[in-house]
Amino acid sequence: MRARLLRPRTRVDWFLTVIRVAVLIVLAVGFAAFIAQEINPDNPFAQWANPDATGLTGAQFRGLVVSGIAQGSMYGLIALGYSMVYGVLGFINFAHGEVFMVGAMTGMITSNKLADAGLWESNFIGSLVFIVVVSIIVSSLTAVIMERVAYRPLRGSPRLIPLITSIGVSFFLQNASVVLLGPASKSYPDVPDWLKAKHTFLQIEGAKILVVVVAALSMAALWYYVDRTKTGKAMRAVAEDAEIAALMGIDVNRTIVKVFAVGGAMAGMAGILWGILFRSVIHTTGFLPGIKAFSAAVVGGIGHLGGAMAGGLSIGVAESVGPLLILEPLGVSGVSQLRDAVAFSMLIIVLLVKPAGLFGERLPAEDRT
Amino acid sequence: MNLTVPSETGPQPPPGPAASTASNDSPPRPPFAQDWGRIARMGAVGAVGQIFISLSNMPVKLDGRAIIEGILSLGYLSLVVLPFAVGSRVGYQVRREGVPFHRPGTYEVVGGAACGAVVGGGLSLLAILIANFDLREPLVNWSPILADLLAFNRGTAFAVVIWLAVGAVIGALGGLLRVVPPLAKRILWTVVLTLFGAAVLESLTTDLAEGMGLEGPVEWFYAPRGGLTVTGAIALAIGSAVLAVVGRGRVKGAKAHIDSLEGPARTRAHLGLILATGAVLVILPMFAGKLTNELLANVGLFVLLALGLNVVVGLAGILDLGYVAFFAVGSYSAAVLTAAASPRINPELPWFVALIGVVILTGLVGLFIGAPVIRMRGDYLAIVTLGFGEIIRLLFLSDWLSGWFGGSQGITNIPGAEIFGLAEVSGTDPRSVFYLVLAFCAIAIYVSWRLERSRIGRAWMAVREDETVAEAMGINTVNVKLLAFVVGAVLGSFSGAIFSAKVGSVFPASFLILVSIVILVVVIFGGMGSIVGVIAGSAVLIGVLGGPKQPGLLAEFSEFKLLIYGALLVWMMLARPEGLIPSVRRTRELHQEEMAQDAWLRGQTDEDETADDNNGAAAGRTAVGES
Repeated sequence: MRARLLRPRTRVDWFLTVIRVAVLIVLAVGFAAFIAQEINPDNPFAQWANPDATGLTGAQFRGLVVSGIAQGSMYGLIALGYSMVYGVLGFINFAHGEVFMVGAMTGMITSNKLADAGLWESNFIGSLVFIVVVSIIVSSLTAVIMERVAYRPLRGSPRLIPLITSIGVSFFLQNASVVLLGPASKSYPDVPDWLKAKHTFLQIEGAKILVVVVAALSMAALWYYVDRTKTGKAMRAVAEDAEIAALMGIDVNRTIVKVFAVGGAMAGMAGILWGILFRSVIHTTGFLPGIKAFSAAVVGGIGHLGGAMAGGLSIGVAESVGPLLILEPLGVSGVSQLRDAVAFSMLIIVLLVKPAGLFGERLPAEDRT
Repeated sequence: MNLTVPSETGPQPPPGPAASTASNDSPPRPPFAQDWGRIARMGAVGAVGQIFISLSNMPVKLDGRAIIEGILSLGYLSLVVLPFAVGSRVGYQVRREGVPFHRPGTYEVVGGAACGAVVGGGLSLLAILIANFDLREPLVNWSPILADLLAFNRGTAFAVVIWLAVGAVIGALGGLLRVVPPLAKRILWTVVLTLFGAAVLESLTTDLAEGMGLEGPVEWFYAPRGGLTVTGAIALAIGSAVLAVVGRGRVKGAKAHIDSLEGPARTRAHLGLILATGAVLVILPMFAGKLTNELLANVGLFVLLALGLNVVVGLAGILDLGYVAFFAVGSYSAAVLTAAASPRINPELPWFVALIGVVILTGLVGLFIGAPVIRMRGDYLAIVTLGFGEIIRLLFLSDWLSGWFGGSQGITNIPGAEIFGLAEVSGTDPRSVFYLVLAFCAIAIYVSWRLERSRIGRAWMAVREDETVAEAMGINTVNVKLLAFVVGAVLGSFSGAIFSAKVGSVFPASFLILVSIVILVVVIFGGMGSIVGVIAGSAVLIGVLGGPKQPGLLAEFSEFKLLIYGALLVWMMLARPEGLIPSVRRTRELHQEEMAQDAWLRGQTDEDETADDNNGAAAGRTAVGES
């Protein structure tokens, strides 16, 4: 990699080097312009980059970072599913974003039913726990059925075949939601005031604190499950080498089902958090977060659980702060429309600059060669 | 394939009803000693699927489309699909077990009936549930309309009984399918397919017949409010049955005959076929009305797109999920270059001159997207191209570039394509659009056909099958893959340029990732790497079900087509990854392992004659188990 960067050999290498340098220059100039604007919007450099620049106030910046972290922790939760499945089976489960959508939809249905019964207002914490449990069960089941129907028969086929299948599954689940539940966007019931109020000296919305705390707890639970229990050991063994694991007496199929179930549970959890934070869900809810979560898994180093969380947080913060930090100072108008583009660009840049991700990737045996 | 009977009990009797008790030692099972566990399991799966279909509103929506007037509608057909499939599946599994029978066939039929009844029971259950509970809140189609449809407007009790009975009968038919002799099966399939096809193609046939002045026979075949008339259906059934008997083996024989030809004779035969097809395609639209031509033009646009993606996915094996980006760039650059209303630059070039610019621009975009991604692993590449597809759409949509591309307002008032002053092609005249599309399809077919057989094409296939080996053979994999990317991009841009001239306006909303996926489904359904397959795939899917936004022949399916595309993609990958009309090489590649095993086993039997028998067999088992 390094050698190629310094001594390009083919024309494509030259081109890539130019792209890399250009990207770095854009990032550097954008960041420099941002700093210049923060010091004084009227200084000549800032004026040259963007005459209309105003810079960000501290409160705005904090708000962006906090919502970035809240979204990023959800991406991290979804990314765990991608990462675990990739670690064990070596393919991208494109439909994982749809499992997240199923979780959010289940939460929407259950919470609305609870709200009709009056329990949502009178016992919010109890109802929240209930919808989390229901949603985790439903999304785990979705993931497990998906594995059984679509992926198990394809085990051992060329890598692109299960990927194409998972695109089909994703398409199917999205449109199944359309035909069963209707195409309109659906909303969660109103949340209590303490979730909307701003707390602590940082003035963070309660819902965002809840999201981050719950995500951290789920992550810790998952870490314990994978790193300290016997099942987790079996999962790691299968990820390392499925054949040898089978010879050591591990039921590979069962372990893979468990991996899908756990990944689905995390996605279901993220779905509920999404519902609490944005209070609206539609059949395409799963698509963009799914892709971004995959980017998060790649950014963190696929197959690496801590990396998935770190990648999620960095994607979340980057897409929330990036447009205003880099693009706005450069005079790009309407930057908030480009946040998705920024998230995708980050995936592309990471794959161009450091394909193994921040923490290095852990791959199944057959991919290491 | 369904009639072969693998078994461990020695040589099998020839399949068919003649497969009797004679050659098997175990006592015959009576027809009611079924494997009830399996029937319950499969029935339950079928019942869940059938309930899903009912709640997806398919029966209600499709009930408006009659197949045979007053007897069968597409809606009721959608309710009996699964009992039939499950019954037939049970019959197939029974067949494979090679169960000895008391009376030929009864076992399969009883099993199929039981399983079908379970599926029908699912519908009965649904009818009861709808009558007693209100789940309208999350499930939008939980309605009395569905209940009435299930009960034939006669109350819940009737629904319960009738669906159990219908399920059993249909399931028994499915089981029966496995025991009838091949000729009867052939006739049955031909009749069913002819009737169904005639019903599906109704608008096309009526339109064409009216163009040719043949209203009389059409009115006799088709009822005024849609669907075949009963007499028409019977006539068609008899006709097709006769044809099935008479034409048995003829088509296959003709194909084998052409394949057996060599040298100039073969070229002449192929040329004749191509010319005949071309002539039909040129003459047909002259008799067709506006709607049919519109449909043909849409199909053609997707054929063009699918041929382009076929170069990338089918030949070079690069899974490009952002193919819509090139369609978008083609449309937008054509729009900017030809339209007077485009915001920043408006050279108002004639369409054909603009096309040169379009090709160059799209090629550059292809290079720009391709260069960074080309070295990535296949699955990363797929997601990254998807990201690029989305980025391009977001850029066209953004306020930042709205000074160039109009943002969400898009570019409107794009003039039609003028062809050397001879004709003006625009959306108001779909026939001319179709001819233009046809010309470009011909170019695309020729290009991909020549490329496939060229040095580059062989390099692509080598890269597809094993990149490392290809590199070792001296192929510059990066350049070759990049070339595939660019060729695909340019073919896609043709479609984009025609699209913008046809529709007269371009909006970012026309270029969702959805479009990429639909093209991918078309390519995979037809057969990756097979030109004929890709064309057939577009004709069947886009023509019958419709494109992402374009209606097909079955306009009633518009709500469900994406659902069906998703299911189809999964099913194709599971059951027939090589596609409807596979390319020979691709099939070999996909079934490489099985073929390698077969070859290995053949080699093993040869070796066994000389080597130690036991060792060889043991090694054989391990090797097969491993792979």
